[in-house]
Amino acid sequence: MGESLALTLPEIILTVGAIALMMVAAYGGDRSARAITWIAIAVLIAAAVFVPGIRDAGGVAFDGLFVADSFAAFSKILVYIAAAIGLVAATGWFSRDGDYRAEYPVLILLSSVGMGMMVSAGDLLTLYVGLELQSLSAYVLASFQRTDNRSAEAGLKYFVLGALASGILLYGVSLLYGFTGSTLFGDIAVALGTDGVSAGELFGLVFVLAGIAFKVSAVPFHMWTPDVYEGAPTPVTAFFASAPKVAAIALLTRLAIEGMGPATFEWRQIVIFMALASTILGGVAAIGQPNIKRLLAYSSINNVGFILIGLAAANREGVAAILFYMAVYVVMTLGSFLVVLRMRDEADRPVETIASLSGLSRTRPGLAAAMAMFMFSLAGIPPLFGFWPKFLVFDAAVRADLTWLAAVGIATSAISAYYYLKIIKTMYFDEPAPAYARSHDVPQTVLIAAAALFVSPLGYLAIPLIQPLAANAASALF
Amino acid sequence: MIGLGHYLAVGAILFVLGVFGIFINRKNVIVILMAIELILLSVNINLVAFSAFLGDMVGQVFAMFVLTVAAGEAAIGLAILVIYFRGRGTIAVDDINQMKG
Repeated sequence: MGESLALTLPEIILTVGAIALMMVAAYGGDRSARAITWIAIAVLIAAAVFVPGIRDAGGVAFDGLFVADSFAAFSKILVYIAAAIGLVAATGWFSRDGDYRAEYPVLILLSSVGMGMMVSAGDLLTLYVGLELQSLSAYVLASFQRTDNRSAEAGLKYFVLGALASGILLYGVSLLYGFTGSTLFGDIAVALGTDGVSAGELFGLVFVLAGIAFKVSAVPFHMWTPDVYEGAPTPVTAFFASAPKVAAIALLTRLAIEGMGPATFEWRQIVIFMALASTILGGVAAIGQPNIKRLLAYSSINNVGFILIGLAAANREGVAAILFYMAVYVVMTLGSFLVVLRMRDEADRPVETIASLSGLSRTRPGLAAAMAMFMFSLAGIPPLFGFWPKFLVFDAAVRADLTWLAAVGIATSAISAYYYLKIIKTMYFDEPAPAYARSHDVPQTVLIAAAALFVSPLGYLAIPLIQPLAANAASALF
Repeated sequence: MIGLGHYLAVGAILFVLGVFGIFINRKNVIVILMAIELILLSVNINLVAFSAFLGDMVGQVFAMFVLTVAAGEAAIGLAILVIYFRGRGTIAVDDINQMKG
């Protein structure tokens, strides 16, 4: 018991921290919002320091319900970093609008607890509870700007479709439980392996995959993504595009490899279809978008497609490539959203049109250079760091005899490069639009610069640092 | 004699009704919330039936968790609905169209 509690230490820290901060928020009111935000970031850092499985071997807690291995450790640290950056992003943005409230950091912490449980899930019950804890906080965050109609609508849409996805997932869970006789990933894999995959098990598997596909916003379960990303307050969108996506993909990977390993032939077809559809639709549908947040939503759908190619490979290299991809993706996407947070007109109102980026290179050269870096990197153009994880994913696919999938992936990557390059053309070659208001938010400037440096060719220096960690994390699943 | 298949059939019918309740419903969002509850309850029927026929307690424990989460989900859903209604003055499904998609 004591050992189990030690393995769940990060979740305990986050939960206790969230409850304590909730009390502070209740008594201190919204005046304490800023202080609570910085304490919440400290809590996230403390949780990241105590994640088991980095220096030691980790272990299994509560009779297999909760797995704290190196795979979970890698994903958890990524999630906590993304959540902390989401908090830093929020302080400057909301306080200027005057409706930043003290619940925001508390909700992010609770969501982080859920995401930690998702990546550590070794049982369908942990999977479900973690997923719901993350989602319920996310619904509230999406509708956080109570006075803004679009934010409320985003929250409502996210809630309805998210609850439907949870229902579909649960129905699959009930079938898997009934036909395999267990909810533990390990036992499910054994049951799937003994006498082939029965019809009931196949149904359960498909429903579960559909439910999780919704959470990672893979086509054909992506329809909520553009609307929620557009309507939610921008710092919340930045959070949605990074941390929950990492958690959901890590969850999908663990479930597919550990829980459904013997049924690889069955789920691989579904994953390949979702990967192809996501890369193609994410590339084509983004082309006509006038809104930068909608465009980045399609960009995230597109990137999820590439990550799923790594999962379709279903080998050790593929899983390592997924983890590496997520590490770089989080930096690229948070970087671009931090730039979007800077888009404000002279009256200090947020602007979201791509047209307002025209001629940014002349009015704000530094910001334009950073954005260009993120766009080139998201497109995966070679000298930038975004190229490397794409290369790893395709390499893993080729090793798994899915050369055709890698080839189609490269082709769709070329299609999606079109709209990234269009943004760069708008910033560098169009006539200047009215300049954005100047911002004096130092932490954000530092974060943008750090993210731009990471995705620049200098990022290749980080490969010897990340690659062994990702490889070690991947070996935990095989 | 009522067997496992009968329970699963009822669960499947309720699940399908719930899904159709979300997609075909054009009236208002409260109906959608009810449809979501229907889906969760169909899952509970499945879980409890499997649990009884497998002689395994996990399914019933799972059903308890589902009930708890469903309560939280309904609370949050209604709260969001109240915010939405305050801003727009309507909860008709056809009016939720400020953003295309």
